[in-house]
Amino acid sequence: MDDNTKSMELPDAQGHFGPFGGKYVIETLMPALDSLERLYEEVRNDPKFQSDLKYYLKEYVGRPTPLFFAERLTKHLGGAKIYLKREDLNHTGAHKINNTIGSALLTLRMGKKRVIAETGAGQHGVATATAAALFGLKCDVFMGEEDIKRQALNVFRMKLLGARVVPVSAGTRTLKDATSEAIREWITSVETTHYIIGSVVGPHPYPMIVRNFQRVIGDEVYEQIMEIEKRLPDLCVACVGGGSNAMGLFYPFVQNEKIRLVGVEAAGFGIETGKHGATLSHGSTGVLHGMMSYLLHDDDGQVQEAHSISAGLDYPGVGCEHSYLKSTGRAEYESITDEEALDGFKLLSNKEGIIPALETAHAIAHVAKIAPKMNKKEIIVVCLSGRGDKDVNQIADRMEMGL
Amino acid sequence: MNRITNCFKKIKNEKRKALVVFITAGDPDLEETKSILDVIDDSGADIIELGVPFSDPLADGPIIQAASLRSLKSGTTLKKIISLVQEIRKTRDLPIVLMTSFNPVFVYGEQQFVKDAVFVGVDGVIIPDLPPEEAAEFSVYAEKKGLDVIHLLAPTSPDERIRMVAKKGRGFIYYISLTGTTGVRVQLAEGLGDKVASIKQSSDIPVLIGFGISNPDLAREATKFSDGVIVGSAVVKLIESNSDPIQRNKKLTEFISSIKQAISDPR
Repeated sequence: MDDNTKSMELPDAQGHFGPFGGKYVIETLMPALDSLERLYEEVRNDPKFQSDLKYYLKEYVGRPTPLFFAERLTKHLGGAKIYLKREDLNHTGAHKINNTIGSALLTLRMGKKRVIAETGAGQHGVATATAAALFGLKCDVFMGEEDIKRQALNVFRMKLLGARVVPVSAGTRTLKDATSEAIREWITSVETTHYIIGSVVGPHPYPMIVRNFQRVIGDEVYEQIMEIEKRLPDLCVACVGGGSNAMGLFYPFVQNEKIRLVGVEAAGFGIETGKHGATLSHGSTGVLHGMMSYLLHDDDGQVQEAHSISAGLDYPGVGCEHSYLKSTGRAEYESITDEEALDGFKLLSNKEGIIPALETAHAIAHVAKIAPKMNKKEIIVVCLSGRGDKDVNQIADRMEMGL
Repeated sequence: MNRITNCFKKIKNEKRKALVVFITAGDPDLEETKSILDVIDDSGADIIELGVPFSDPLADGPIIQAASLRSLKSGTTLKKIISLVQEIRKTRDLPIVLMTSFNPVFVYGEQQFVKDAVFVGVDGVIIPDLPPEEAAEFSVYAEKKGLDVIHLLAPTSPDERIRMVAKKGRGFIYYISLTGTTGVRVQLAEGLGDKVASIKQSSDIPVLIGFGISNPDLAREATKFSDGVIVGSAVVKLIESNSDPIQRNKKLTEFISSIKQAISDPR
C-alpha cells in the first residue's frame, strides 16, 4: 500500500492531525516524548526490529488472525455480507497485544526495565503484563476501582502474569482516572520507566506509534478480502473507546474514499440521559491526557464522567486521529446503548458461536442495524476486537442468571 | 507597568529572595479564598499563584488534587476566579499569577482569557500542560496584551530545551525541583544546585524553585542557588486541615512568615 497520499502522512512533524493531537504535557515528560519519537523513527525502518516484531506477532500472538465470513449472521440479518476480523483469537484475547509487543520491544531498545500501563476493561493491562512477562520487564498496571470490580477475571490474570495492579480511587474510578494516575506515575519515574499507552491517545508520538502497531489489522484485512472476494469491502466497522482497534482497521483504507469507515461509540444509558461515552458524536474539542481531541466536558472545561456498560468504552476522550477523521468527514461515528450492546453480545454468541467482548458487541449491534438496509452484494468487515470471557460474570449478574 | 518585573527588581535591590505562595482558588470556597489571599499578602509573600481547579490535574499530587476537587464542588469556575482577582485588586497590589491546566483556558477562549485576565489585573499565567511547542500563538497574543507566560523546566530538561525555554519564558522560570508531581517532600532532589546554575547561565529572568518545598529548611536550602521558592502543597494542606477560618489564618501567617524568615536569612 502506498504511503504517499496526504492523510497517510499525518501526523505532521509536531504531532498534529490538523488541529488535533500535539504534546500537551508538563515539561518533565517532554524530553522522554522527544526521545521516544527519535527511537521510533529509528526502528521504523530497522530490519532487525521489524523482523523481531513480525516473529513475535506470528509465533507468539498467532497472527495473521482469520477473516471469517459470518454466514449465519449474514443470513439472519438478510443484507450485506458480514466478515469478522478475528482479533479475539490473538493470544490474550484481544487486539491490544499488537501494540504491547511492539511497545515492549521499544522498551528493550531504550534499555528501560519497567513498564506501566492504564487499563479499563483489563485487556490492555493483560496484554502489557503478558509482554512484560515475555520480555522480563517489571510491570505496574493502573486500574480504576470500579473496573477492578467489573473485570475481576482480568485482574487475576494480570496478577498471575506477575504484574502489580494499582487500584485508582480518584474521580469516577474508571479508565479516565487510571490514565491520569498512570501519567502521574510516569512523571515520577520517566527516567527508568516506559509508559505503554493502550490506545491511539495521549501526547505525540503515542497516537502514531499505537496506530502503526495496530494497522496490522487493516493490512491483513486488505490482503484477505482481496483473496476471498477479489475486491475491497464497502464498509468497515469497529467500536471506539480510545479507538485503537478502529484506527488499526481503518488506517490502510483511509485513502480509498469509496470505503465507508464507521466507528461505534458507547451511548451508555442513552445519549439523552447524558450518561454515555459518545465523545465524537456528542463532545467538542478540548485537551485531556496530553492531546487535543474531542472530549466530553462542560462549559468551564471540566471533564465530564462517561458511562458505558463496557469498561473499555467508558472514557470521555478519544484518539486524536479519529477527531481528525470525523472533522474531515472521512469517517462516521455512531453510538449504541448498553441495552443494544447486550443484544449484539447475545446475537453473535447465538448465531456464530463467538462470545464477543462487550466493547466489540457495540460494533456488532451497529452492524445488526445497518446490514439489513444494505445490498446483498455489499461487504462489511467488522473488527472483532476481543473475546467476551472477561464479561461473562458481569452479564450473568445482569441477566440474573448467576454462574 | 509589569508587576512581576517590578517585584523582582525590588527584591533584587533589597538583596533577598522571592517567596511565591500557591493556593487553589475556591478551596474551600471563593469567599474564603479572598480572606486567605489577604493573609498571604500580609504575611510577606511576594507573588500569589492562584490555582484554577481542574477535574484532571495531571501534574498534581494528592494534596492539590483534593483541593481542586473541593474547589469544583464549591462551584468555582475560571470566570469566577477572574472576578475574584478583580475584587482583590481593589485592595491588593502584589503580582498575581494564575496556574491552570490548558483545557479551562481553551474552553474559555484563549484570546478572551488573556484579555479578561489582563483587564482585571492578572500579571502572569502558568499552564503546565502547554509547553512552548504548543504555546506559540497563545504566547504571542499574551505578550501583546502584557500577560507573562511563565514556562517550566524540569530535572529531565536537556541543555537545548533549557536554552529554548529560557528564551521564551517571561516573568520568571519555574524550575520543577524534582521528577514528580506536586506535593510535600522531606528533602531536595540531588543535583538541584547544578541544574539551576546551568539554567541561570541561559536565562536573564529569575529562576524560582517549586514542587516539594514544604518547610523553612528546604526553602532556605533552595534559595542558596535560586532567586526564590514557590510553596504550594504545604500551604494547601494547612488550609485543608484547619476548617476554622481564624485558626487557619493564624497558622497560615505563622507558616508563611517562617518561610519568609528562612529565605531572608540564608546563612
